[in-house]
Amino acid sequence: MLAAIGVDSIEDLLGAIPAHVRMRDPLDLPAGRPEQDVFAHLRELAARNTSADDEVTFLGAGMYDHYAPALIESIILRSEFLTPYTPYQPEISQGGLQAMFEYQTAICELTGLPVSNASLYEGPSAVASAAYMAKLANGRPEFVVSRGVHPHARQTLATVAHGWGGRVVEVDLREGVTDPDDLAARLGPDTCAVIIQQPNFLGAVEDLTALTQAAHAAGGVAICSADPLTLGVLEAPGNQGCDIVVGEGQTLGNRLDFGGPSFGFLAAASDHVRRMPGRIAGETRDADGRRGFVLTLQTREQHIRREKATSNICTAQALNALAGVIYLAWLGRKGLPELGELMLQRTAYARARLAALDGVELVHSQPVVREFAVRLAAPVDAVIAACQDRGINPGFALEHDYPEYPGGLLVALTEQRSRGDIDRLADTLADVLSMFATSVAGAEASR
Amino acid sequence: MSPSTDFAQTAQQREAARTIFERGAPGRRASHLPDMDVPTRPRDELLPARFRRAQAPKLPEVSEPEIVRHYVRLSKRNFDLDSGFYPLGSCTMKYNPKLHERAAALPGHSRLHPLQRPERAQGALELMWNLQRALAEVAGLPHVSLQPSAGSHGELAGVLLTRAYHEDRGDARDIVLTPDTAHGTNPATVTMAGYRVVGVGTNADGGVDLDDLREKATDRVACLMLTNPNTLGLFDPNITEIAEIVHDVGATLYYDGANLNAIMGISRPGDMGFDIVHFNLHKSFTQPHGGGGPGAGPIAVSDRIAPYLPVPLVSRTETSVGPVFDLVGDLPKTIGRLRGFQGNYGVFVRAYAYICSLGGEGLRRASEVAVLNANYLRALLRAPGVGEYLATPFDRHCMHEFVVSGGPMKRELGIRTLDLAKRMLDFGVHPPTVYFPQLIDECLLIEPTETETRETLEAFAQIIQEILAEARSSPETARNAPYTTPVRRLDEATAARSPILRQPL
Repeated sequence: MLAAIGVDSIEDLLGAIPAHVRMRDPLDLPAGRPEQDVFAHLRELAARNTSADDEVTFLGAGMYDHYAPALIESIILRSEFLTPYTPYQPEISQGGLQAMFEYQTAICELTGLPVSNASLYEGPSAVASAAYMAKLANGRPEFVVSRGVHPHARQTLATVAHGWGGRVVEVDLREGVTDPDDLAARLGPDTCAVIIQQPNFLGAVEDLTALTQAAHAAGGVAICSADPLTLGVLEAPGNQGCDIVVGEGQTLGNRLDFGGPSFGFLAAASDHVRRMPGRIAGETRDADGRRGFVLTLQTREQHIRREKATSNICTAQALNALAGVIYLAWLGRKGLPELGELMLQRTAYARARLAALDGVELVHSQPVVREFAVRLAAPVDAVIAACQDRGINPGFALEHDYPEYPGGLLVALTEQRSRGDIDRLADTLADVLSMFATSVAGAEASR
Repeated sequence: MSPSTDFAQTAQQREAARTIFERGAPGRRASHLPDMDVPTRPRDELLPARFRRAQAPKLPEVSEPEIVRHYVRLSKRNFDLDSGFYPLGSCTMKYNPKLHERAAALPGHSRLHPLQRPERAQGALELMWNLQRALAEVAGLPHVSLQPSAGSHGELAGVLLTRAYHEDRGDARDIVLTPDTAHGTNPATVTMAGYRVVGVGTNADGGVDLDDLREKATDRVACLMLTNPNTLGLFDPNITEIAEIVHDVGATLYYDGANLNAIMGISRPGDMGFDIVHFNLHKSFTQPHGGGGPGAGPIAVSDRIAPYLPVPLVSRTETSVGPVFDLVGDLPKTIGRLRGFQGNYGVFVRAYAYICSLGGEGLRRASEVAVLNANYLRALLRAPGVGEYLATPFDRHCMHEFVVSGGPMKRELGIRTLDLAKRMLDFGVHPPTVYFPQLIDECLLIEPTETETRETLEAFAQIIQEILAEARSSPETARNAPYTTPVRRLDEATAARSPILRQPL
């Protein structure tokens, strides 16, 4: 090969690299190892994590332990889906393109909006993408964001909006939901968009219709970040006036994976379609008149429009979105509302069980679907640790992100947590709380 | 074509392109959910009617076998890297080792909740720490954030870091320079980060035009975004001078890591003077591309940029019981978060497995062979029968990829680069990247990667030679290609003019 190139060594091919920027020493990394050693190392690292298989977990707060049926893995691990690049050559990418088209259809159905893109990175950055679309739509500088929106989404939006000169103002919660009076006070001629989460971070169902009306009255875009698995029982945000609906797709057949990769979804009203970020698949015909699919509306995109593009996104989460549409096909038209109903009833049961315990009170009494917040009469981090020592992960400590809810615990349900699991959670929490109560009482007595 | 075969083909085609929403029957389903095992309460008591969904989403009504058959059938309408050569320039389509899927699927990785308390996620945090150290070593820059989700996300992080750096110094700047050969994501990122793009020209050797750069490098410039080797596959030998020009005006130098596969263990962006680097773990570090993601776009930065890194970062503390890992979020000058949680951890597992398998020596060897393969293929395409029609614009060795121009082919044979690419589809290979960089007339950007054999490269050159020979006698064959693919050329203009973006139900 060297002779065909006309050089004596590989070194001769690297002549353009000036000597002073060449590495003199080898990379300071451990030597390469055989496959079995590498697997053993990765297994050893995995063994030092407490996974959702190792405890009964009620931890949610943005990602949830739903069951992903085996067929998903068997399909998405096929080389034909796993190893291609973005479908730049549609004639040999019909499988991926059609799957995107099906995914878009499913997301439109879930959200009640007419157009969807083919996926974004994940939930919180999808919120920021929706905000950028709103900025492109009306050019206003201020994003009015409910404190019911996931803290990571609010932080992500603040990070990227700073770049384009946007400001973020937050709206307080009252009795667990976005305070309509505080919202009204913060709306004005600078309002670019109002951003609400459904259900919100505390699990409460928001009155989207009222909130979007307020946003529109101020001339702003109404953006909702929605939990897709609640949309079998909750009204579609698109039917409640939302212009853009985004969300985290992990619950749709994707793994927890310590936070990723999952996917973000984004759907919008028709007048926003040419401002949407990312890939969009469309239906067309081939030279023989046969049905086919292509990436379309590419004049929005970075590889065509460069600095005038509506977004810089290129690689997104196609494989995770494929898992999403397979999951939705598996769950099916009947299964989605059924799953919603199951979560609704189990969450209500768990909420009532916990609220009946000494040292537990509800943070709010709004309707909830899959997650609810309680306030503990003991240090929440210590309670969580003690429960985990007993094999139960009771949920997420709110107070680090929400100082207004000291002792707050966010408890999440999925179809994987049975009544028996819920009873065990309640009993464990009761034990741990009484232990803390006793030790506090003891400390007070000795004082 | 007779009416009967026409009908047969149409029926078969109709079947093949039928969507999942056009299959199944009312009431059919695949899922069987757990029983309602709690005492039920009236629905309206739990969820008032005004919040209730009036009409359930019209999801498919299909059985499990129907789903499997549908998606297996769809999969057969995809070309993929495990089936054939995929020399897509700038995308680094190297083999994705199967070990990585097995490792990533271990429940300790795949079933780990992102908000698990750090003391119960020590293995994951150690993996992230080790990956950070390895990437820092490859970049030659000491500080790493794994958070960005893809290359373009890493770019956004990098430009926002640049903004934070200048703002912290009270230095208002409004321009970011990008060469005219840059990936489209560069200028798109600049706009999203609130800067104005100014292009920098390319010199006759394919590198940055230094005179043009000197003219445009003013104290209004925040950053120069550069790919080295650039998108022409050429290493810019003036890199140190470029870095000096940029640093002299107080700007940062950003490294687009899309082409890192050329230089791992050979040369380091940090040593070239770059301040910020992004990696594409789905390119250089073998995360499968998944038909358009997932990827991951970690960044490495110099000391002066480090205070602004996105959070959370992984920390390591030596204790009496060994190292303890944690997540750190409260950095006073951080730009903040760029996404939820810690990043695409599943991608980190695969990239880390790759680095463990190859080691430092193996990474260098991978880059060397990538360069060798590219130069060998380039030499094959300069041979008679091909070289007359495909020009190799720069008379110097390439790095891991190279450009050729289909200009002579278009003039001599009357077929365009698009036609050549489409005809390749009939030969069972994926075409190179076409019409990028736009600087080159009728451009093909070819990146074979190190995981292809000599025989594959020779077969590819042979295919191109055959297509060109065919075009000498019948150029219309290429112009109407492909013929053997699941569909033929698709009407993209109509798709964009009258978009059908979902299945009507």
